[in-house]
Amino acid sequence: MTLIKIDKKSLDQGIEKAKAAYRVFGPVKQKTDHDFKLLDKSELPDFNFQNTRLSPKAIIYPQSQIMFEYSLDETSEDCRIMKEVENVASPMAVVGVRPCDALSFPIVRRNFDSPEYQDTYWIKAYEATTFVGLACNSACATCFCTSAGTGPFGEEGLDILLVADGNNFFVKELTEKGAAFIKAAGWSGDADANAASKIDELKKTAEATITAAVETDKLREKTILELYDASFWEEEAFSCINCGTCTYVCPTCWCFDVQDETFGKSGIRMRNWDSCMFPLFTHHASGHNPRDVKYQRVRQRFMHKLKYYVDKYDNGIQCVGCGRCIRLCPVNIDIRRICNKMNSFDAAKAACEAVAS
Amino acid sequence: MQNPYLPYPVRIDEIITETEDKSLKTFKFVFLNPDDEKKFAYSSGQFAELSIPGLGEIPIGIASSPAEKGFIKFTVFKTGKVTSYLHAMKEGEIMGVRGPLGHPFPWDMLKGKNIVIIGGGFAFTTLRSSIVSILDPANRSNFGDIHVVYGARTPGMLLYKEELQGWAARDDIHMNITVDGTDDPNWKYLKGFVPTITEEKAPPGSDDTYAIVCGPPIMIKFTQPVLDKLGYSHDNILMSLENRMKCGIGICGRCNIGKDFVCKDGPVFTLSQLNQMPKEY
Amino acid sequence: MTDYTDKIKEIAKRVLDEGKVDMVIGFRKGTVPMMNQPHYATSAASVDELIWDSSCGLNLANYLTDKKGNIAIVAKGCDTRNIVTHVIENKIKREQLHIIGVPCTGMIDHHKINAMFDKEITKVEESGDQITISGNGFSETLPKKDLLAENCAVCTHRNPVEYDELVGDLVEEQTGVDQYASVKEVEAMSPEDKWNYFEDLLAPCIRCYACRNACPLCYCPTCFVDESRPQWVGKSQDPTDVRTFHLLRAYHCAGRCTDCGACERVCPMGIKIREFTKKLNKDCLELYGWEAGLSLDQRPPLDTYKADDPEDFIK
Repeated sequence: MTLIKIDKKSLDQGIEKAKAAYRVFGPVKQKTDHDFKLLDKSELPDFNFQNTRLSPKAIIYPQSQIMFEYSLDETSEDCRIMKEVENVASPMAVVGVRPCDALSFPIVRRNFDSPEYQDTYWIKAYEATTFVGLACNSACATCFCTSAGTGPFGEEGLDILLVADGNNFFVKELTEKGAAFIKAAGWSGDADANAASKIDELKKTAEATITAAVETDKLREKTILELYDASFWEEEAFSCINCGTCTYVCPTCWCFDVQDETFGKSGIRMRNWDSCMFPLFTHHASGHNPRDVKYQRVRQRFMHKLKYYVDKYDNGIQCVGCGRCIRLCPVNIDIRRICNKMNSFDAAKAACEAVAS
Repeated sequence: MQNPYLPYPVRIDEIITETEDKSLKTFKFVFLNPDDEKKFAYSSGQFAELSIPGLGEIPIGIASSPAEKGFIKFTVFKTGKVTSYLHAMKEGEIMGVRGPLGHPFPWDMLKGKNIVIIGGGFAFTTLRSSIVSILDPANRSNFGDIHVVYGARTPGMLLYKEELQGWAARDDIHMNITVDGTDDPNWKYLKGFVPTITEEKAPPGSDDTYAIVCGPPIMIKFTQPVLDKLGYSHDNILMSLENRMKCGIGICGRCNIGKDFVCKDGPVFTLSQLNQMPKEY
Repeated sequence: MTDYTDKIKEIAKRVLDEGKVDMVIGFRKGTVPMMNQPHYATSAASVDELIWDSSCGLNLANYLTDKKGNIAIVAKGCDTRNIVTHVIENKIKREQLHIIGVPCTGMIDHHKINAMFDKEITKVEESGDQITISGNGFSETLPKKDLLAENCAVCTHRNPVEYDELVGDLVEEQTGVDQYASVKEVEAMSPEDKWNYFEDLLAPCIRCYACRNACPLCYCPTCFVDESRPQWVGKSQDPTDVRTFHLLRAYHCAGRCTDCGACERVCPMGIKIREFTKKLNKDCLELYGWEAGLSLDQRPPLDTYKADDPEDFIK
């Protein structure tokens, strides 16, 4: 596994050079916060950030995406026949993605790429993308990646890991895609023998800055029904205002809605991000709604992320510990609090207490 | 990689108004490309997404049987935006069908067994498919005794009336057609709610007897205790669920009940499975 | 204002013990700086979690819509005006409520404060009218008046207008503040500049509807953006649809908005949502002399007809 050391200048030059072969996305400060955007010529990613406000999921999976187009012109021989829109994903590179966000992509892939059905839109975009990660040298108070399946120097989901060391960067090549990007960027300069231990030292320092954690060890062994029927949901859901903030900023949320929009005699079928928090998410045409009360929807989100996904894929929780929902929830619903409540929930004890009170 | 969201173009070949209040119509679709019909190889119990450009898609159970070649049939209840538009469409118009989707009734497991089919109202569509499949000469000997209990509010609200009469005259299937009530002096079948008729006519439960139940929640609520009384184990009771759907392929995340998607892991579940799932339907 | 905490707890405990109410709606301490969580207390243990500080900017009247039973609610000036509007609009009955009025000296703006510091803020403490903001390797104490949310800075209704008891003495109302200074700036722009201004303002919107859902006024069973038969507004990020949502929502709040600032506070993208509603508030004031929610006995202008209503738009 190649390990290169370069300075900031080479880093920047390399990214600029790579734009010849890739559409490069990087974090850029926009007004008050950093967000990922397609870098213009000469525009460089700004690594002076903790994490972006919105997750990079929109790069692979845009908030609004056209799937098909159709004509309603009766004289056309294609009238009312759905036509695929061109779906050729040219090579993309996301530079500066944090390990938590990087892990979110393999997590989400399990949903879009199954043995039975493959979502061609998501998969093509994902396979065309090279992920150049940036290790976190220190964490936020709301980061809990180490208890969510990765860590500040985590490599899962990445093709390259960049580690900042003063004014230099270690470039750790992780996959073939990573090798191709390094070549396109022209980065070279073997790191010396001390590099590995220096990286390890930085990693340990970073991990020590993580103060937040969730307990997930008992989630698998509990039954769905005992967690579903737990009595704490109504109280925990009280403050929720059922907006879509948590689901939209979350890198591992993926629900969408499909809509047709017609303009005159032609139209498109598109998909838009949707949220299980919205009351109409499960609303039937008959008027029946299995989740028409707020706490049922709040319960659905946390059960999905911390229990249904756990049971379905046996590969940990559907959360990477990025902390965005904690920072951005307008009413301070905290997933750490709820995860710990779920993990420590004792159905038998709760039943006794209910009888006693 | 085939795009799973792309519907096959179909032409509406025939529209039949099934019920006296015109709320239910059966649509017969013919594939524009014969190859698509081969790709659409389905089994009774599955559903498909009917796709109307400009309006949207609706998940509807397949009412035709694979034994019927050259077309597919769906019976659609008029209730919302897409179904209202569909009801106003004419024979010859073009639209799309995506599928087949979901798991069918477990026909391998049902081989050699007795089957009791219990349906109410307009949930009878995939049950029609099942009956036509079972009665097909190529299949009939694969199954034991077949009992059917099918009820609607009035005679005019029954689906597939002519076919029901034809089946009632056969000796290889026990038909129990019932209505909640009627003043029609010519009504020659039964009167009574589906749970009541089930209790009177259904065979007792056994390891070799399965019940397939499809109907409105109220019918299911009162039929289940009857089946318990008759000794049907919860592993031998099969139900077909509905839920709000969009993609139909377990990706958009909308139709889940617990960890299962009604579209992909269902829509058929045994009662044992349902008992382990949250009551979120 | 942190000295209100004990008084709130005392009142809450009393009204619950007396059986006067079934629950007390207030705030409990948040798990991130400058955030508090709306919380309801029904027992001594949950009463103990109630707090009050300068990060209680959310409008708790939002949690009253169509509620049954008797409820005590901690409400600052703007919140009480929304409670009045709720009563007038039949969303809650006055008899159901025990309003614990909070004379407010303003809430701090976490968007503004976060933007002032490069590094992560891990602690915000207040003492009197001084706010101390600290993080890894820095700590700064600033006067609260420099950190106020914009609506608080120009607020002229800090005291509750309707209450059953107060948690402290009434505070002096601000005078000489121009509530509509920023609206006038936009009004003075050329049409092209105005277009660019609003285009830029709404560009970051992600259609999360936090603004709508945090607003006590937005309680339609089906919001106009969610209607499907017919569908009025698209659900994508098409700029036309985004603008339609925000502009129409503002119109639905005309004559009812109390400028509580909850919409701006909750927006994850930091959009200045109040630019729309403030304009409509100014229009209502100028056309009808109306400010929302000041009295239980007056009906709003869009609800009533007066012979001298302005009609210069009829040509």
